[in-house]
Amino acid sequence: MSKILIRGAKVLGGEPQDVLIDGGTIAEVGTGLSAEGAEVVEADGKVLLPGLVDLHTHLREPGREDSETVLTGTRAAASGGYTAVFAMANTFPVADTAGVVEQVYRLGRDHGYCDVQPIGAVTVGLEGKKLAELGAMHESAAGVTVFSDDGKCVDDAVIMRRALEYVKAFGGVVAQHAQEPRLTEGAQMNEGVVSAELGLGGWPAVAEESIIARDVLLAEHVGSRVHICHLSTAGSVEIVRWAKSRGIDVTAEVTPHHLLLTDEMVRTYNPVYKVNPPLRTERDVLALREALADGTIDIVATDHAPHPHEDKDCEWAAAAMGMVGLETALSVVQATMVDTGLLDWAGVADRMSVKPARIGQATGHGRPVSAGEPANLTLVDTEYRGQVDPAGFASRSRNTPYEGRELPGRVTHTWLRGKATLVDGKLT
Amino acid sequence: MQRHLISAADLTRDDAVLILDTAEEMARVADRPIKKLPTLRGRTIVNLFFEDSTRTRISFEAAEKRLSADVINFTAKGSSVSKGESLKDTAQTLEAMGVDAVVIRHGASGAPYRLANSGWIDAAVINAGDGTHQHPTQALLDAFTMRRRLVGRDAGLGQDLSGRRITVVGDVLHSRVARSNVDLLHTLGAEVTLVAPPTLVPVGVEAWPCEVSYDLDSTLPKCDAVMMLRVQRERMNAAFFPTEREYSRRYGLDGDRMAKLPEHAIVMHPGPMVRGMEITAEVADSDRCTAVEQVANGVSIRMAVLYLLLGGNEPAVSHARTNEEK
Repeated sequence: MSKILIRGAKVLGGEPQDVLIDGGTIAEVGTGLSAEGAEVVEADGKVLLPGLVDLHTHLREPGREDSETVLTGTRAAASGGYTAVFAMANTFPVADTAGVVEQVYRLGRDHGYCDVQPIGAVTVGLEGKKLAELGAMHESAAGVTVFSDDGKCVDDAVIMRRALEYVKAFGGVVAQHAQEPRLTEGAQMNEGVVSAELGLGGWPAVAEESIIARDVLLAEHVGSRVHICHLSTAGSVEIVRWAKSRGIDVTAEVTPHHLLLTDEMVRTYNPVYKVNPPLRTERDVLALREALADGTIDIVATDHAPHPHEDKDCEWAAAAMGMVGLETALSVVQATMVDTGLLDWAGVADRMSVKPARIGQATGHGRPVSAGEPANLTLVDTEYRGQVDPAGFASRSRNTPYEGRELPGRVTHTWLRGKATLVDGKLT
Repeated sequence: MQRHLISAADLTRDDAVLILDTAEEMARVADRPIKKLPTLRGRTIVNLFFEDSTRTRISFEAAEKRLSADVINFTAKGSSVSKGESLKDTAQTLEAMGVDAVVIRHGASGAPYRLANSGWIDAAVINAGDGTHQHPTQALLDAFTMRRRLVGRDAGLGQDLSGRRITVVGDVLHSRVARSNVDLLHTLGAEVTLVAPPTLVPVGVEAWPCEVSYDLDSTLPKCDAVMMLRVQRERMNAAFFPTEREYSRRYGLDGDRMAKLPEHAIVMHPGPMVRGMEITAEVADSDRCTAVEQVANGVSIRMAVLYLLLGGNEPAVSHARTNEEK
C-alpha cells in the first residue's frame, strides 16, 4: 500500500492541514508536507473527519438479501463516509448464535468496504423469553460486545435485568429498543393530533419513555451500562438527562430522520415515512437536536433499514417500517446540527465516530486524526448542495424519505486503514 | 369540485352545499315512475370493496345504476396483503378494463388517498370508508338529512347548517363517521359536540373543530340532532369500558333520555344499529329516528357525488317536463 497525501483538509473543520497516510496508518499531520512518493488528494478546504461509525445498521444478510446484503450495505456505508457499522441481529436466522455472527463478520471482512461488527441478539429468536448464548457470541471470532433485540423490545423486566447483569462478565452492553408492546398494539404512527385526524393507530411517546425509565433504573440497580436505541421523544431526553445526572451509566442514540422529519409527513400516507419508532412532533425534533448538542444524547445512529420497493409501494398499514440512512446521514446531520449552529465539525466527529466507537468498543475507529493512528478517514465537501437521488444509492434498497430533497454536504473520499473505499464520490 | 372525494375535510362550504342541492334534485328522480337518468351512460364504475359492507355497496350500486353507469362489483375479503395481490395491482388490473371511477372501501386508513395520489391509476377515486379515517358520503347524507329535517326540503336549498347544534355519541376513537361528520358539519357552520367515555376519544382530539363532553345528559337539552354511533361489543374486551350494560346506562339513548331533547330535535344513526347497546328499540323505532331516511338519502347523495365528479357540465336532471307544466 502506497502513500497518500491529503492536501489542504480542514481537520475536524479547523485550519487547512496536510495529512500523510502511509500504509494503514496516519504518518504525519502538518502544513507543507512533502508529496514525494505519494498519491495526492487535493482536499481544497473539504472537512476531514475520522471514519464514521454506525452503531445501528440493518444489513439484512442472512435472510433478506432481496433488500440488502453485507456487500451492498457496506458499500452504502463507505459511500456515506462510514468505516465501521454494527449489524443488527434481526436477520433470518436471527443472529443469536456464534455461527450467525461469525458469518456476518467474515462477509464484512472479506468484502473490505467497511468493518462489520455484528450485534448479537439478547434473547433466542428475539422472542424475549430466554437469553441467547451471549458469552459464546462474545468469545466467537466476531467478538460481540453489543447485544440487542432491536425491532423488538426486551419487555420482560426480569429478562432485561438478567441481560444487563450477565454481560458485565465480559464488558458487554445491552442496546434496548424501547417500546412497551401492549401500549403499541396496532400502532402505525406517533399518537397525537395527526394520528387522531388520519385515523391511524397511535404509538404513544409513553410507550418509549416508560421502558427507558425502567431500564435506567434497572441499570442503576445492578450497576450495569445500558444503551438506548433511536431515542425519539422530548420526554425520553428528560429521562436520560435525569439518569446521567444521577450517575447512571446510560448512553443514547438518535437517528438522522428523527432530527429532521415530523409526523406531519404522514399526512401523505406515503409509507416511505413509516418507521419505528415513528416520526414525532416538531417539539420532539427540537428537543432531540438540543440533547445531541449538549451531550445528553451521545451519538447519531442511522437505523439504516432497507426494504424492497413492494413493501413500501402499498397502503400505509400494509407497509414495512424503516428507512435507509447510511448514504444521507451526514448530510442530514449537517443540515440539522451544523448549519443550524448547534454543533461544529469536531462535535460531529464526536457524535458520529468517537463516541459510537467507544460505546461499541470498535478498536481502531473513532480515533484522533493524528500521527500513528489508523487511517480511517472521511473527507466531506461541506459546501456541496444537491438533491437526493435514490437512483444513485449503493444500497440495494431505495426507501429513503429524502428523495428530491435538497441536502447539504457530500462525502467524496473514505479510507479504511489507508485503503480508499470511496474516491471522488465513487466506490472503488 | 375536485377530481376525487377522499375526505370530508377537502370540501369547501360551497362544494358541500352544491352536493346537497344536487342530491335534492336527484331525490326527485326517485319520485318518478322511471327512476333512471342517462347521465353516466357509457361510463364504468367499479365498487372495490376490501371490507364487507353490504349496505354501503348496495347504496352506491343503486346510485350508479340510476345514473345509467355500467357497474362492476369487486369484493375482496380481507386485506390486499392477505389476498396476496397488492392494492396497486388490483387497482391497475381494474383500470386496464376501462374503469372511469373507483369507489373504494378499505380497512386501512389512507388506502383511497394512496390510490388517488400515487400515480397508480388515472380514474376518479371515491372513498366509501377507509379504516378509522373518513367516510365522506356518509357525512354528506347525514348533513342532507339534517338540512331537510331542520331547515326544510325547499327552504334548505342553497343553505348550510349554520348555528345548528349536533351531538355525536359513541365510539369516536374507531369511527370514520365521526371524523367525517366533525369536518363537514364544521364546514357547514354547525356546532358539534362529541360525547363518549374518555377511552373512546382519540388523543389529539383537541385539534378538532368541536367540543368534547363525557356527559350525555347535560348535552341533550341543547341539541338539534343527536347522532348515535355503533359501539362494537368487542370493544369492552380491550377495556374501553367495563360492560355492555354500563356503557348503555351511561351513553345509550333510551326513551327517558330522548325526552330531554328539544321537541324538534332528531335522532340519527348511520347503521347498523346495535339495539340495546347504544340505542333502545323504543328510540330506534320512534318517529324522531331518521335511520331509515338516512339510507334513502344515501342513494341521492351518492348520485350527486358521482354526477358532480364524473358528469361534467351536462345538467343532472332534465327539467323539460317541469317547464311544460309551467
